[in-house]
Amino acid sequence: MTALLLMHYTATSGLGRGCAATLAALEAGRSALQPCRFGTAQLDTQVAQIEGLSQVRLPAPLQAYDCRNNRLAQLALEQDGFDARVRDRAGHWGARRVGVFIGTSTSGILQTEIAYRRRDARTGALPPGFDYQHTHNAFSVTDFVRRRLDLAGPAVTVCTACSSSAKVFPAAQRMISAGLIDAAVVGGVDSLCLTTLYGFHSLQLTAPGPCRPFDAGRDGLSIGEAAAFVLLERSPDSADAADILLLGAGESSDAHHMSSPHPDGRGAASAMQAALTAAGTAPEAVDYINLHGTGTPGNDSAESRAVGALFGSSTPCSSTKGATGHTLAAAGALEAVISALALRTGLMPGGLHTRQLDPSLPLNYLLDNRHARIERVLSNSFGFGGANCALLLARAD
Amino acid sequence: MLAAYVQGIGVLGPGLADWAACAAALRVPGSYHRTGTMIPALAVLPAAERRRAGRVVRVALAVGAEAVAHARADARCLPSVFTSSGGDGDNCHALCETLAGTERLISPTRFHNSVHNAAAGYWGIAYGCTQPCTALCAHDASFGAGLIEALSQLAGGAQAVLLVSYDLDYPPPLRAHRAIGDACAVALLLRSAAAAATATGPRLRVDFTDAPATALTDGALESLRLEIPAARALPLLGVLAGGSGGHAVLDYLEDMRLDVHVDAGAAGEAAP
Repeated sequence: MTALLLMHYTATSGLGRGCAATLAALEAGRSALQPCRFGTAQLDTQVAQIEGLSQVRLPAPLQAYDCRNNRLAQLALEQDGFDARVRDRAGHWGARRVGVFIGTSTSGILQTEIAYRRRDARTGALPPGFDYQHTHNAFSVTDFVRRRLDLAGPAVTVCTACSSSAKVFPAAQRMISAGLIDAAVVGGVDSLCLTTLYGFHSLQLTAPGPCRPFDAGRDGLSIGEAAAFVLLERSPDSADAADILLLGAGESSDAHHMSSPHPDGRGAASAMQAALTAAGTAPEAVDYINLHGTGTPGNDSAESRAVGALFGSSTPCSSTKGATGHTLAAAGALEAVISALALRTGLMPGGLHTRQLDPSLPLNYLLDNRHARIERVLSNSFGFGGANCALLLARAD
Repeated sequence: MLAAYVQGIGVLGPGLADWAACAAALRVPGSYHRTGTMIPALAVLPAAERRRAGRVVRVALAVGAEAVAHARADARCLPSVFTSSGGDGDNCHALCETLAGTERLISPTRFHNSVHNAAAGYWGIAYGCTQPCTALCAHDASFGAGLIEALSQLAGGAQAVLLVSYDLDYPPPLRAHRAIGDACAVALLLRSAAAAATATGPRLRVDFTDAPATALTDGALESLRLEIPAARALPLLGVLAGGSGGHAVLDYLEDMRLDVHVDAGAAGEAAP
């Protein structure tokens, strides 16, 4: 496939606002997970919540979009000069030649959850001021980002649960390749809400303590919230040493079950293989794998089989969800940014909270931070409904 | 410029039982009579999944299956693009109601059915299709967004792609805030324009435009087009039903529409 340049990127999660804060937290081995005190939720679980979202204000003309998810998008766009860089490139290409592709699973559904608690006692109507289109609808965040950045190109929300913001990368790549656009703002934005907290709890997939990916005693995931954005353009002929490229992306479907992965990781393996093929990269050339690694017994076991089948047991790998929580539809973009930071600085983050590696998952799972020059990173994202996506990122030099 | 051959069509909507019924209504303005959408039962899913699947899955799978059968294609080999403005409104309402209560004991099945890609997931399970599959949302622009994604996949090397665009009505109280009156879905099986030697059927060429969307001469069909995002495909279906090619502008984003040219295939194969 056409290699793309990560022209600029930023991430905001429980670890902090922007790339420097994210990197510092990863270097320090700090986890954002805390006992859940989100809203009216009463659940015995931990979450990685972003502080200060209630103080974020959207620009006056975009007030209709006001909800936790779009405040998170707004906060993240302001970090690392991302907003200014996009405006600069849109000035170069023309606003209509820049597409917007955002992954979210629950968008602003928190507004609807709150509205359902305030229904008219007689008629059942939702309270005045409730705005379905600009908060609840899955397109709300993409529409908000497009307007916030004054872009005028094609726009779409990718909504494949926890692989959403990985799949925005190949979606943008195809449109750039087809010549419809010259640049794309891709990303993921997912914020805490009762639907996902109580939903994963109903499936008995949330851990009571912090998630422990690849631990023999792992007992579920911990939910987090995040927004991450990447500005993609066609890779120039001569790249800078500091440049990070998207070399390949691979997608597949499990065709197995709505909420459990195929036990052998069949779909996961074919997505990773497709990413390697698209990038023209051999498995041995991958220096680090940022695993999906949710900490549920089923995911980690299936993913381990898939990784083992393709890469054997020596490639260093880890899940960063012990630090960030599982940020659901934002995880793909967040972990793509973490992968870019790994390529730039040589940091392979050790997985947090994992005490006793599961001997039945024979991968080279890092428990401590490791530093080395790394040239290629694979990042995995798998979602409900069996929607899988793997991204292959590389240093340009 | 994006291009593809249309090899199969599926339609389900109010008073539109299938593509044949839709084409007949489009060919004779004034002949369309709106009645409630009749959603067929599911035959393809394993029993356990069939019990769990809501209306949204039945609607999406019905049109997908019709387009695949129309093209005599093998569903297992097709990458797919599912696009919907709101997904499963019944399920969303039930979850929000439970979460507004004191117990908050939500059903695990309702939760996994709440993902926007539920219909796409059930499609893969139904046909054993492990090809890439995506699920998109662009509010009222969802059909256009799905069409561009499907055509981009063909431009990127896919031989054929199944596009399934579907929207369902929300129950009250959400219905007051999202006025979709009934279920409506459109599926297109699109084949790569590069495979010209083997491909048949009408050929589409699609580009962005500022021109206003093509309105339908039949008032009731025009109302349907404006009411349900999947029905924004009707002007294109009208050209396809005519069988002799033509041109339509489809609604997409507020500030951007899709210019679609149709070159008729030999004897207009996609018309029933």
